Amino acid sequence: MASVGSHETYYVPEQTKLPFFASIGLVFTVYGLGGVLNDIKAAESATTSTWIALFGFGLLSFILFQWFSTVIRENHAGMNSDQLKRSYVWGMSWFIFSEVMFFAAFFGALYYVRNFAVPWLGGEGDKGITGQILWPEFVATWPVIENPSSAVFTNPEEALNVHEWSLAFFAKFLPFWNTIILITSSVTVHFAHTALKAENRKRLIQWLSVTVALGVVFLFLQVEEYIEAYEHYGLTLDSGIYGSTFFLLTGFHGFHVTLGTFILAVMLARAIKGHFKPNDHFGFEAASWYWHFVDVVWVGLFIFVYLV
Amino acid sequence: MSAAHDDHHHGPAKGISRWLFTTNHKDIGSLYLWFSFAMFLLGGTFAMVIRAELFQPGLQLVEPNFFNQMTTMHGLIMVFGAVMPAFVGLANWMIPMMIGAPDMALPRMNNWSFWILPFAFAMLSSTLLMEGGAPNFGWTFYAPLSTTYAPASVTFFIFAVHIMGASSIMGSINIIATILNMRAPGMTLMKMPLFVWTWLITAYLLIAVMPVLAGVVTMMLFDIHFGTSFFNAAGGGDPVLFQHVFWFFGHPEVYIMILPAFGVVSAIIPTFARKRLFGYDSMVYATASIAFLSFIVWAHHMFTVGMPIAGELFFMYATMLIAVPTGVKVFNWVATMFRGSMTFETPMLFAIAFVVLFTMGGFTGLMLAITPADFQYHDTYFVVAHFHYVLVPGAVFSIMAATYYWLPKWTGYMYDERLGKLHFWLSFIGVNVLFFPQHFLGLAGMPRRIPDYALQFADFNWISSIGGFLFGASQLILLVVVIKCVKGGKKATAQVWEGAQGLEWTVESPAPYHTFTTPPDPKLIHAQ
Repeated sequence: MASVGSHETYYVPEQTKLPFFASIGLVFTVYGLGGVLNDIKAAESATTSTWIALFGFGLLSFILFQWFSTVIRENHAGMNSDQLKRSYVWGMSWFIFSEVMFFAAFFGALYYVRNFAVPWLGGEGDKGITGQILWPEFVATWPVIENPSSAVFTNPEEALNVHEWSLAFFAKFLPFWNTIILITSSVTVHFAHTALKAENRKRLIQWLSVTVALGVVFLFLQVEEYIEAYEHYGLTLDSGIYGSTFFLLTGFHGFHVTLGTFILAVMLARAIKGHFKPNDHFGFEAASWYWHFVDVVWVGLFIFVYLV
Repeated sequence: MSAAHDDHHHGPAKGISRWLFTTNHKDIGSLYLWFSFAMFLLGGTFAMVIRAELFQPGLQLVEPNFFNQMTTMHGLIMVFGAVMPAFVGLANWMIPMMIGAPDMALPRMNNWSFWILPFAFAMLSSTLLMEGGAPNFGWTFYAPLSTTYAPASVTFFIFAVHIMGASSIMGSINIIATILNMRAPGMTLMKMPLFVWTWLITAYLLIAVMPVLAGVVTMMLFDIHFGTSFFNAAGGGDPVLFQHVFWFFGHPEVYIMILPAFGVVSAIIPTFARKRLFGYDSMVYATASIAFLSFIVWAHHMFTVGMPIAGELFFMYATMLIAVPTGVKVFNWVATMFRGSMTFETPMLFAIAFVVLFTMGGFTGLMLAITPADFQYHDTYFVVAHFHYVLVPGAVFSIMAATYYWLPKWTGYMYDERLGKLHFWLSFIGVNVLFFPQHFLGLAGMPRRIPDYALQFADFNWISSIGGFLFGASQLILLVVVIKCVKGGKKATAQVWEGAQGLEWTVESPAPYHTFTTPPDPKLIHAQ
């Protein structure tokens, strides 16, 4: 329970133009994107839709930049009480929980496909009758290399998971290195946090730079792996359920790493500007929570997509 | 509230900018409520089209495909546009006042949560005008109807769901932060009004499942546009996977639409029975239990889809368990009324109708939970009758009860009691004439979502349609009552209702633009 004093100073801004225009930016973004996708599918020119999406995204980004600037400015002006800062802490925690649930949907889909859908299609288990009626020749394996109907979904040539438990294999296995990179980056961002609390700005900047660099290297390797998947393994989005789950899980994770790296880069810029104080740096802390979360998701991915 | 505080007591801004740029929880609450009412009329109009077409057998008014668009849009708009925003509106208005907070925890984000919605629903509604028509695959948008066989507008439907989900998540984060962080000194968790408790748990459910909804529509998007095969068995996926992920969202979602209603009714019944709520603690625990159970019952929507028998049994028994905490609640409401000095103003009438009719909807839910029986009921009008009983005289009646109950606090005037009662009785008769015969239709085998039917269903259908038109038309009375009440009437006192307890009744009516900028006297906070 908060003290009486902090209640008296809870800052409620009088008015704000930010969210209304952010909504306009958001709706243009998605309306444009929807248009682009539909235009491509209908083999029509997507120029107008692209411009709508770009305008929306530009507006949304601009507003969000303004929004964060305003909040930072207000905090520096001392308008934020301890109680208000706790609201941000609750806000970020629950936001991360919502992200966990987003990934849970895809992990859940992977679980269902591997343990129920594919075995049943292969004629095994309680509902094996499905497979016996639909595609009797289909043999359930994971990863699925031979699709139930390879006429509709082209088979991948090879899977990208761990299929050999040797040192030589892991030494050349990109996801393994990516795991090491991300775990290391979680440690370095923690060092940056320690430096921040010790009021050592130089070390904060150094460790944060290392973290951002590791994020970029991770993304670089991830792109490398995608190129390999498409060019050498024939593994694409449309090569059946293995490619579908593989690309959506790693893709959304990669998207979150991109966002996380961007956020940490912003934090780096703010650290250089001297925004953070040992007792007042929730922006940084929230970014580091987000980064740890992205790291944990990757560990889950590495286990369930690549290892088992 | 001395003169020293005057600079914190600005009134609202002038003109339209007050509504576009407001950070005030009361303004945002009003926006949500008006938006919800507009969507209620729009979704209601679609329902009128459905009932008009079903008035007699044969195809008379609309094409079957347009009929499907109507059922789909009716469901989507009522669930996401009418019921959910109405409860968020009530939360915005009441939670800060009930816990003695100056405003919502994150006022700017609060504005954003609201203003996404009109744009999202404009985009969703615009699909009606698009080539190929609006989504026509039912509000549950099962694959492959919503993927392989969907109209092109499905892409916009998906993005609309994405952004209204973002709105819900932000709104819920705000509500949780407000409740956990903004309570006045002395307002311990177990002293919070039940409406606040039910919303805390609802917000938790929303944050847990809206991202799963986002996940499932994302999988649809990729199946449609990028060639993935999540819901296509030819590539090793499974259309049933769609149903599992959707209902993992969908079942908690139906409790999202009813838990705040429990909170409303738990506020109103004690006031008009002039007794304290019976079994406050058990109400809190029952709400939490219902929320927990809501995560492990989803496949009772899919009994006929071909699940292993162990799954059928598990989901049957888990579903039946829900009757226990729900029974606790109904018992407590009845016990609260027992030997109370009851009066029957409009909010109380709606609240009592809620208890009776929601319980009926709950009983038909129990019937549907019995797996072997469900094979007979599945996808018939019996299901339609069941969920409309819990949603219309359930959720919607509670929203109306809340509106009448707190309207004097919002406007400063008493509403027209005579018109309110007229609204209640017409709605009560209308809703039962509308939905009760649908039980019989379903048991006799009439399928849902079909624009035509066999001749033996004709009588109950025209009775149902007459009830539908009556119910639909009577909602305009609510609009009249609210407008009249905003414009004037008998001045309301601070307490408004003789038996009303709680912090919101300690501030004057209408509630000042800013309330509790300093925390209330802890002596005003009583145990429930």
